[in-house]
Amino acid sequence: MHNTIIIGSGPAGWTAAIYAARADLKPMVFEGYEPGGQLMTTTEVENFPGFEHGIQGPDLMSVMRKQAKRFETEIISAMVDSVKQIDGGFEVVSKGQTYQSKTVILSTGATARRLGLESEKALYGNGVSACATCDGFFFKGKNVIIVGGGDSAMEEATFLTRFAEKVFIVHRREEFRASKIMQERVKANSKIELILNSEVIEILGVDVGHVTGVKLRNTVSGETSEMNIDGVFASIGHEPNVALVKGLVDLDEKGYVKTIPGTSQTNIKGLFACGDVQDSRYRQAITAAGSGCMAALDVEKFLAGHE
Amino acid sequence: MAHIFTEANFQAEVLSSPVPVLVDFWAEWCGPCRVLGPIIEEIASEVDESKLKIGKVNVDQNAHLSTEHRVLSIPTMLIFKGGQEVGKIVGSMPKEELLAKLAPYLA
Ligand SMILES: Cc1cc2nc3c(=O)[nH]c(=O)nc-3n(C[C@H](O)[C@H](O)[C@H](O)COP(=O)(O)OP(=O)(O)OC[C@H]3O[C@@H](n4cnc5c(N)ncnc54)[C@H](O)[C@@H]3O)c2cc1C
Repeated sequence: MHNTIIIGSGPAGWTAAIYAARADLKPMVFEGYEPGGQLMTTTEVENFPGFEHGIQGPDLMSVMRKQAKRFETEIISAMVDSVKQIDGGFEVVSKGQTYQSKTVILSTGATARRLGLESEKALYGNGVSACATCDGFFFKGKNVIIVGGGDSAMEEATFLTRFAEKVFIVHRREEFRASKIMQERVKANSKIELILNSEVIEILGVDVGHVTGVKLRNTVSGETSEMNIDGVFASIGHEPNVALVKGLVDLDEKGYVKTIPGTSQTNIKGLFACGDVQDSRYRQAITAAGSGCMAALDVEKFLAGHE
Repeated sequence: MAHIFTEANFQAEVLSSPVPVLVDFWAEWCGPCRVLGPIIEEIASEVDESKLKIGKVNVDQNAHLSTEHRVLSIPTMLIFKGGQEVGKIVGSMPKEELLAKLAPYLA
């Protein structure tokens, strides 16, 4: 039986692995569908301490992985399909194979929310994008929409003006959630135009195989209209990846895994959670890493108490 | 090793290839591309080149190719057979999943 299985390979998972490995627990990490986690989709990370001039997200994740590997971490490049409680621990299933472990560290993070439209799914990769930093390049001189009203929507809109001729921010409400400074930056940018009190109800172009426009609905008057557009980006927040443990652990009212404040302990003994999957409030790489450290130390203590 | 395709050799290496070709469109600044890159290399070193040829296009250096083949998101993998685009796979994914999608060409 393994000492601990870590599910997820973002900053939380790798930090937990580094600590657990250094404590000689020989952790096993499942990397999942998105090895390296959310930071793989960004460019410069300016606020992770230790990198005076910033570091590229993928580079940061690659060194974290190497650091975990250096201390005897077993890495498995696969999704975990299920976790259940057994006598003395947990049974983790991945690709038909079963692994048993005394403890589990859940660090499955969060995933960008989609608009949830059929047409969005159909046109993904053909004008609908989930990654502004990856795909902005392909919209040189074109017109794009970004849906959202938070800081990351403002940030992505600003980024997209490097390439696009015009960036329209479509937001459901009259007011943005974004910080003042980000809003001011956006309003001062002549390439950005705001479309408030509006939502995208359909993306047009399924018949021709690429995005040609969107159908908008005014959230106040209910009126609908169409506009021509070449690309659609969504920046409407994240959802915690809790599918694995639904029904097993308690979630909070926002749907995140509940932990005992000041610890990484869930309501199930031996099951610990860290990073964005249990944090609706801070959601930063450094807080995820910090809570990953907490989880590994909590595991170490838990195992010591059981020997 | 995966082949390097460019605007200069695309016609000869891809469109005129007697065997199907998988082309991975990527860029240095794209995180998911960097995850997929080593997977593509691994698959390239394992599959039989007489069945499927595998290579990469750097979109920064070959912007025309991405425009011409309507690549609007990376990573995107296009499959060409007899000069025609016959498949499109968008996004990074684990090796097994990609192999499953390529199975029809590897049989
Ligand atoms: C575009 C963007 C820019 C950002 N910029 C910054 C920034 O500049 N500074 C900053 O501090 N933060 C930034 N963040 C936030 C930061 O990325 C997150 O707070 C952090 O990545 C959370 O880490 P995590 O380890 O909890 O989870 P994640 O990074 O979300 O990783 C989750 C991991 O879990 C894995 N997983 C999920 N389900 C399963 C499963 N069933 N089986 C196995 N594995 C699974 C995934 O494959 C992934 O590896 C940014 C986020 C985004 C999206």
